Amino acid sequence: MQTSTSWRSFRTAAWLGWVIESNWTDPFLFAVYSIVKPLSGAAILVIMYGVITQGAYDSALFPYIYLGNAFYIYVGAVMTGVSWAVVDDRELYKTLKYMYIAPINIPIYLLGRGGARFIVGSIAVLITILTGVFFLNVDINLAEVNWGLFFVSLTLGIIMLALIGLMLAGWTLITARHEGFIGEAVAAALYIFSGAVFPLDVLPEWLRPVGYFMPTTYWLELLRRSLVGDVAQAFPTLSQFSNLEILGVMIGLSILFGLVSVWVFKVCDNIARENGMIDRTTNY
Amino acid sequence: MAIQNRDALTKPYSHKDIGLKLFLKTIMARAYPRIIGQQREISWVLFEILLPMLAVCAYVFVYRALNAPEEYVGFVVMGGAMTAFWLNVLWSMSSQLYWEKQQGNLQLYIMAPNSMMAILLGMALGGMLATCLRAVAVTVFGMLMFGVTFQIVSYLQLFAVFTLTMIALYGMGMMMASAFLLFGREAWHIANLAQEPIFLASGFFFPIKFLPFWVAAGASLLPLTLGMDAMRQLVFNSEFSGGFLPVSTEIWILAGLAVLFVVVSKYLLAYVEKLAVREGRITESRR
Repeated sequence: MQTSTSWRSFRTAAWLGWVIESNWTDPFLFAVYSIVKPLSGAAILVIMYGVITQGAYDSALFPYIYLGNAFYIYVGAVMTGVSWAVVDDRELYKTLKYMYIAPINIPIYLLGRGGARFIVGSIAVLITILTGVFFLNVDINLAEVNWGLFFVSLTLGIIMLALIGLMLAGWTLITARHEGFIGEAVAAALYIFSGAVFPLDVLPEWLRPVGYFMPTTYWLELLRRSLVGDVAQAFPTLSQFSNLEILGVMIGLSILFGLVSVWVFKVCDNIARENGMIDRTTNY
Repeated sequence: MAIQNRDALTKPYSHKDIGLKLFLKTIMARAYPRIIGQQREISWVLFEILLPMLAVCAYVFVYRALNAPEEYVGFVVMGGAMTAFWLNVLWSMSSQLYWEKQQGNLQLYIMAPNSMMAILLGMALGGMLATCLRAVAVTVFGMLMFGVTFQIVSYLQLFAVFTLTMIALYGMGMMMASAFLLFGREAWHIANLAQEPIFLASGFFFPIKFLPFWVAAGASLLPLTLGMDAMRQLVFNSEFSGGFLPVSTEIWILAGLAVLFVVVSKYLLAYVEKLAVREGRITESRR
């Protein structure tokens, strides 16, 4: 019964999320909207890189930056997507109270809403990578890709991001007026501390431990290594670790962050229920 | 208390502002919540400085990873500071009438005996002044964190460029406010879409001259493109700060854009107001 409720909650939430994301316009405009933003973000980095290196796109640093930025789209999509569902449902549509009294599993429902963003994000990631491969010499040899490592890392990473999103959703539940900023601020901070677009060694020494504690750092490293192998391994930040070791660290940190996230959500959910915050609107 | 209420009902209006005085008072009244009200929510100010700073840090570290000349760090800090203005124009000017409609205030604005243009000007003035504080904060943090230094070539030209850029930018915001009202529920998505592509086209984090000429020329329709290009030439006196066009040319173009956007915004606002009244869509709130 519980499994069925969870699956039903997830599936319905994912469908609802998809409809909310996509039904405001026609499919063509929606596709353009979903692709233009991430491609523009990537293009800023490409131009910055090209200006400084005078177009040396065959250097090892370029795929490092480009792929890190491409996969980072998932952070904004999945993590922020889960927490933004609270803002959407409570402040904008004013339906969160109905969700709470419906026979659904609320955390699973929120994760489902993130699932819809995952689909949109996946399209953007794919288009960004294909653009890099076809137009910018990002050298991904399909025969040499470590597909096993890629799919395992990708799946674990998405689950990890969704769970962190659940933690943010909990904070969002008990936050007035600033809930929209929470996901955005955390995503922006992780962009710096995960070494998404530059090796962690560039950070001041006292800030690097923050990056080493973030599971996203290892997740992005594994994705890069699985796609461009030796190129990614050449960077000194994590070069002394094998793929298996990095995977182990990522799984360990993901479990830690996941447990903390579920606990934080439960605590925040209780506070929100106790203090009548489930249907509170704070001037969205 | 009861006596006061009775007075309010029986006493005739002792004073009623009309014409220019009403126009100016409306501007001040609409600017007030932007300048005073926003500062009361200190934590919002924190977020509005923190978020651009995080983007600035990321791009600075990218340039550092590429061993770029230090001037580029300054370019990024300036771009980060100007981001505050663009986001303000996008979310608090362009989308504002749309939000007001959602919240039910738009009909009150239109019913009141004041000019809608004055309301938009008040929003622009208030937003501009309040955002200036955030932009200064981002610049100061950038200077302290990354050791950015400025070498001003001409204070007069810098003042002219900044002022014209702001007039043109907020004029564009006023124009877009009417346009966004027409877009209906797509407004949020359009505002959301107009971030990264504009950061790219306007060269927030790199000099615009590195874009193909016609792309840069097209992007010059956005006031921040030429404004930032001119300011970079005026505050970073180095071999890397050569601009897309000479500063004097950019000043003339910015002046033209300022006039164009303010005039178009006036006509577009009148059109939208007329359309909304005729079709009865002012109170409509579709999501």
